[in-house]
Amino acid sequence: MIDLQSLQERIRAAAGDRRPLCIRAGGSKDFYGGPRAGELLDVSGLSGISDYEPTELVITARAGTRLTDIERVLAERDQMLAFEPPRFDGRATLGGAVAAGLSGPRRAYCGALRDFVLGVEMVDGRGELLRFGGKVIKNVAGFDVSRLMAGSLGTLGLIAQVTLKTVPRPRAECTLRFEADQPRALEAMTLWATRPLPLSATAWHDDLLHVRLSGAEAAVRAARESLGGEIVSGSEEYWQSVREQRLQFLMAADELWRICLPARCPKLPIEGRTLIEWGGSLRWLPGRQDGNSLRALASRRGGHAMLYRASVKPPEGSFAPLPAAMLALHQRLKAVFDPHRIFNRGRLHPDL
Amino acid sequence: MYHRVIERLRRALPAGAVLSSTEELKPYECDALTLFRQTPLAVALPADEAQVAAVLRLCHEASVPVIARGAGTGLSGGATPRPDAVLLSLARLNRIIGIDPLGRTARVQPGVRNLAISEAAAPHGLYYAPDPSSQIACTIGGNVAENSGGVHCLKYGLTVHNLLALRVITIDGEVLEVGSAAPDAPGYDLLALLTGSEGLLGVVTEVTVRLIPRPECARVVLAAFDELAKAGRAVADVIAAGITPAGLEMMDRPAIAAVEPFVQAGYPLDAEAILLCESDGTAQEVEEEILRIETVMRRAGATECRISRDEAERLRFWAGRKAAFPAMGAISPDYYCMDGSIPRRRLAAVLQAIRAMEGKYGLRCTNVFHAGDGNLHPLILFDSNVADEVARAEAFGGEILELCVREGGSITGEHGVGVEKINQMCVQFGSGELETFHAVKRAFDDRGLLNPGKAVPTLHRCAEFGRLHVHGGRLPHPELPRF
Ligand SMILES: Cc1cc2nc3c(=O)[nH]c(=O)nc-3n(C[C@H](O)[C@H](O)[C@H](O)COP(=O)(O)OP(=O)(O)OC[C@H]3O[C@@H](n4cnc5c(N)ncnc54)[C@H](O)[C@@H]3O)c2cc1C
Repeated sequence: MIDLQSLQERIRAAAGDRRPLCIRAGGSKDFYGGPRAGELLDVSGLSGISDYEPTELVITARAGTRLTDIERVLAERDQMLAFEPPRFDGRATLGGAVAAGLSGPRRAYCGALRDFVLGVEMVDGRGELLRFGGKVIKNVAGFDVSRLMAGSLGTLGLIAQVTLKTVPRPRAECTLRFEADQPRALEAMTLWATRPLPLSATAWHDDLLHVRLSGAEAAVRAARESLGGEIVSGSEEYWQSVREQRLQFLMAADELWRICLPARCPKLPIEGRTLIEWGGSLRWLPGRQDGNSLRALASRRGGHAMLYRASVKPPEGSFAPLPAAMLALHQRLKAVFDPHRIFNRGRLHPDL
Repeated sequence: MYHRVIERLRRALPAGAVLSSTEELKPYECDALTLFRQTPLAVALPADEAQVAAVLRLCHEASVPVIARGAGTGLSGGATPRPDAVLLSLARLNRIIGIDPLGRTARVQPGVRNLAISEAAAPHGLYYAPDPSSQIACTIGGNVAENSGGVHCLKYGLTVHNLLALRVITIDGEVLEVGSAAPDAPGYDLLALLTGSEGLLGVVTEVTVRLIPRPECARVVLAAFDELAKAGRAVADVIAAGITPAGLEMMDRPAIAAVEPFVQAGYPLDAEAILLCESDGTAQEVEEEILRIETVMRRAGATECRISRDEAERLRFWAGRKAAFPAMGAISPDYYCMDGSIPRRRLAAVLQAIRAMEGKYGLRCTNVFHAGDGNLHPLILFDSNVADEVARAEAFGGEILELCVREGGSITGEHGVGVEKINQMCVQFGSGELETFHAVKRAFDDRGLLNPGKAVPTLHRCAEFGRLHVHGGRLPHPELPRF
């Protein structure tokens, strides 16, 4: 256990000397975003569930708590994290998950990580402890700083504690498999999403489309009968590997691109194997790509591409670039929370 | 100086788009929080985004404050005018730009009414889920600014959960594209930050919302209880049983008595409280869930459970809930609608505490609210013509909100802070958080021209209110002059 006060003191001292700090807990996302810079600020000791009220569907835990520990406790009460964040061999922590803002297969149908954040306690770049949001589902007092933390990659402050909304586990679940080429799979996913079906995940690769249904027994049964396809037993492991990007052909590549697109975007003119999730809105592309042309292509289709994992990090950053006015606003917001620019310099954007 | 601004507005906008005579300004002197009234300097009615930008640029240059207004149904005074500020009405930006049925999105201008989106999506079997009770009148721009909720938000989320992208104009006339139709837009989640920012950070000129498939069927359970506490516990029990109803609303005895003559919903008049619990989905799914809901209600001590047999009966059950506000107008000259939120398990205790406050303030209070997400709407009944009743109503409301904060909740679940709850912000937040809010505001609007004085109190105001939370015995930023 480490106490928050000693972390606050270190932050104050670093701010005084303008010394950059690198916030880290499980290290499961060292690969993600820009290069790590600065002195290590290890928050893995800041761990433990501080409050869990199953009847409220709300859990509060310190940032260094492992996601697997949280999920185990939730499972005992038949609850779960709806956004299915990757756990990366169990090393991922709550604070890191919120900072990275990554959501898993269920995201397209149940919401993203940020949709489940209710409150955050954080230490800003002056070493001050601040509390935003709270432990209730509905709360519109003040600006929504807690959701702003989701995906900020630690550039705005040290996330010390997070309160999340949990959900009941579905009473029934079933995975179906269809043979389909990419255009047909994209069309099927698009059409299904316009119908009131209990979809909870979709994944396509290698001419196979997997569809997971979750919900009330009767709803899952009815949907299964209406969709057809082949029932896949023991699909748990398959969805885990999708959730953690552990499908063999993704792991084997030295670069992995992640492309987000509007719903119903057709097949991209790119050769090679790909994993498609979120009804077509998320596409994983293993292997080297010409970054500029891929980013331009995604942008023409109304989306954006990022270099998710790479052996060598590009100097322009991993994420899609921000327009000038947007970047200026980001810099002003960064200065609000971290005036001396000590936290995770360059991790989200080279200029932040 | 003010004269010149009105002149310049007239030159920048089409004829008839600037109102400035006392008579023309009258309808704009308040929003639905009618306790606060002011006459604006002028009302600008731009018809497109370029005109909105022109108004903002012009006011920025002249250092004249601007207050955005949608339909003016806000209940916290977010759109309350100021005599030194231009009221910027978005009412004429009322076009549905496009519905994409396959992509399940709608792109609309900010002045489009909430219900109009669902009506336009209906032919495609889709709808926009957040449904504030004011949905026939309130605008989507106002919904974004308040992060509005509604009866069905328990299952389908608040405004923030149903938005994909915004176009926003900052006070200096710069256009920002925030979010995107694709998930996980790069950079900070400004979409979340702007949602619920009460018109302090920018003016929304376009909204892209997510549409969802309309469920096949919906039914509602009406459960009656002979004690408020039992109804409160039943709410917590439903959620604890792993059920996520489409809606879960509570009405107490005075509310039932007020609405029943109005709508003949068939509510049991002898009940201390009723719960309306809706289930939606496929026919089989609903049947399964309704049975589970009924079991939980009976176990929690419901004296009666009625299940809607058809669509007509379902709508009748809801009619009373929907008519609650107008019905209050019939039993009391004025009412004041509060909006605190609390953990659900504290419902029974808090409702009882509010009952006990009635004697203290000599005013009646009735409750009609979103019980499923712990969002209270105590309605304090008063008569503004009776000396000091307004003051007593405000004090009563203030005490309820402070109780919500003590119970681990919030001073506002969905109506926003506006001018109404600005003092209670000093109770919910410390000086560090309030300073941060001001700094965020400055990052968007360094001269503080957009909706000034709303939503976030100055530390000076909190000190006067006697509620400045000081961290570790130190006044924040001792180097700053106390304003
Ligand atoms: C009878 C009744 C029932 C209600 N029920 C509910 C309910 O169930 N749930 C709920 O959440 N609320 C409810 N409300 C409150 C109200 O309807 C909502 O807050 C609504 O979102 C306000 O929308 P409006 O268009 O009227 O906005 P206004 O009242 O005009 O403005 C509200 C705020 O938004 C800002 N604003 C407006 N448009 C823009 C824009 N384009 N860009 C930037 N800022 C803007 C204004 O400056 C102001 O701060 C109810 C109100 C009434 C009168």
